Amino acid sequence: MNVRSIREQFPILSTKVYGKDLVYFDNAATSQRPASVIDKWNRLTSEFNANIHRGVHRLAEVATDEYETTRDAVRNFINAESREEIVFTSGTTASINLVAFSFGEAFVKEGDEIIVSEAEHHSNIVPWQMLCMRKNAVLKVLRIDDNGHFNLDELKSLITEHTRIVAVTQISNVLGIVNPVEEIVRICHERNVPVLIDGAQGVVHGGIDVRKVDCDFYAFSGHKMYAATGVGVLYGKKQWLDAMPPYMGGGEMIARVRFSGTTYADTPEKFEAGTQNFASVPTLKPAIEMMRMMQDEELQAELENVKEYLYGKLTENENITLYGVPRGTLSKIPLFSFSVKDVHHEDLALILDKMGIASRSGQMCAEPVMDRFGVTGMLRISLAPYNTMEEAEYFIKSLDKAISMLR
Amino acid sequence: MAYNITLEEAEKDVVETFSMYEEWLDKYEYLIDLGKNLEPYPEEKKTDDRLIKGCQSRVWLDYRMEEGRLYFNADSDAIITKGIISLLIGIYSGRTPQEIAGSDFSFIEKIGLKENLSPTRANGLASMIATIKTAAMANC
Repeated sequence: MNVRSIREQFPILSTKVYGKDLVYFDNAATSQRPASVIDKWNRLTSEFNANIHRGVHRLAEVATDEYETTRDAVRNFINAESREEIVFTSGTTASINLVAFSFGEAFVKEGDEIIVSEAEHHSNIVPWQMLCMRKNAVLKVLRIDDNGHFNLDELKSLITEHTRIVAVTQISNVLGIVNPVEEIVRICHERNVPVLIDGAQGVVHGGIDVRKVDCDFYAFSGHKMYAATGVGVLYGKKQWLDAMPPYMGGGEMIARVRFSGTTYADTPEKFEAGTQNFASVPTLKPAIEMMRMMQDEELQAELENVKEYLYGKLTENENITLYGVPRGTLSKIPLFSFSVKDVHHEDLALILDKMGIASRSGQMCAEPVMDRFGVTGMLRISLAPYNTMEEAEYFIKSLDKAISMLR
Repeated sequence: MAYNITLEEAEKDVVETFSMYEEWLDKYEYLIDLGKNLEPYPEEKKTDDRLIKGCQSRVWLDYRMEEGRLYFNADSDAIITKGIISLLIGIYSGRTPQEIAGSDFSFIEKIGLKENLSPTRANGLASMIATIKTAAMANC
């Protein structure tokens, strides 16, 4: 399969901005949606709109079936043991907040410790800080080195008998380095500490086999993996989910409601309070199909070429500092955050925008990473398999032009 | 220094200059030029109380009253922002507080600057304007 035939499936990619062909290099913020995803949402909304689980009528039956078969598709996609381990949320942030609250209520007490890494997105920092505030627990930080890698010996020394959970990202949205999550889980499990993995970027690049990695929780979003926005997934091992209290109350999360006391539904319904995003959740099915299609050898080889090209160009320029330096290219996804000497990242993004290129500038919801590297922000480009070598070459040309305008 | 043209005329001049450039890239090139030639801003005045909130790039703005006129001086770590600062200073610095307080700052919309900036930078621009207005009101 070639890149052209994949591009054709994404209507937005033929858009023009300011009269120029759109070059969409902001996929780590959100990916674009294929026609199959848009159609799924459209059909569910225009033909089968009904609230799920409750109704006994035809539309409710179809909507419920679409929703629940998506749970099976997701289970299969990440190789979870059972469908009860798949909780639908509004996104990665909601998934992590759910764990920080419910796991925290059940297992974290005063003086306990939680470990996160310096490379985390704010969504995998702030919920844990809030938990630590509530419980008088302590947040400890696993540092990254100058190239953006963890030191696993440091992780070993951070874990104590008080450590209740370790929360790390599979791939940082700034550094793009593929972290050794399997190794991290092994180290933590040897010390009886469960692990939550933020898979927001990781699920798109390489995916996850939760049974192989053996993580206890895995959080990801639909909108970064070609599905509709507003849906996410929390995978949790059943024994954990069963032992955790609900996050929110109301709707289908109950077994029985009495003023004298309410009992809760089993997992996963226990964690799905209120009306669910039943029009968007089923778009995960065609999105997963798209991800499978994108695993095509020719397509992956082409993306690898584009990545090598950009990596080469960005590292050969002595005025450019790249953050997140891989040890061998397989350990980095096609995502590059960098600074240009004497040029402000936002100026670059503004000029590139006028050239039709969607990039990202700023702190990328990861201020600790900015502080680690002593910058106020960075410029980031992040690619998907539908991006082409032609676009990459145009980007490098445009970047050179923007830099010469700005210096 | 007092101007020999009115504030409205200065605004009109900027709008006309901007309209000469058809492409936004060219307008940016013009802003970059202005930014590069912005009057230097003293390092010791890059203090937190002069820092303007709402900008992705950092902006410091200082002002002083002299013989009934307000003088502005500002800086940023981003060059396009410096260009915008240059436009604002060119129009508003050296005016009386009454003149500034009476301005509706509509030239920003006329040159299409606001909608062509990233939302974060548009916020920053709004904050700069608010600071200039507040300074004028306080000295009226």
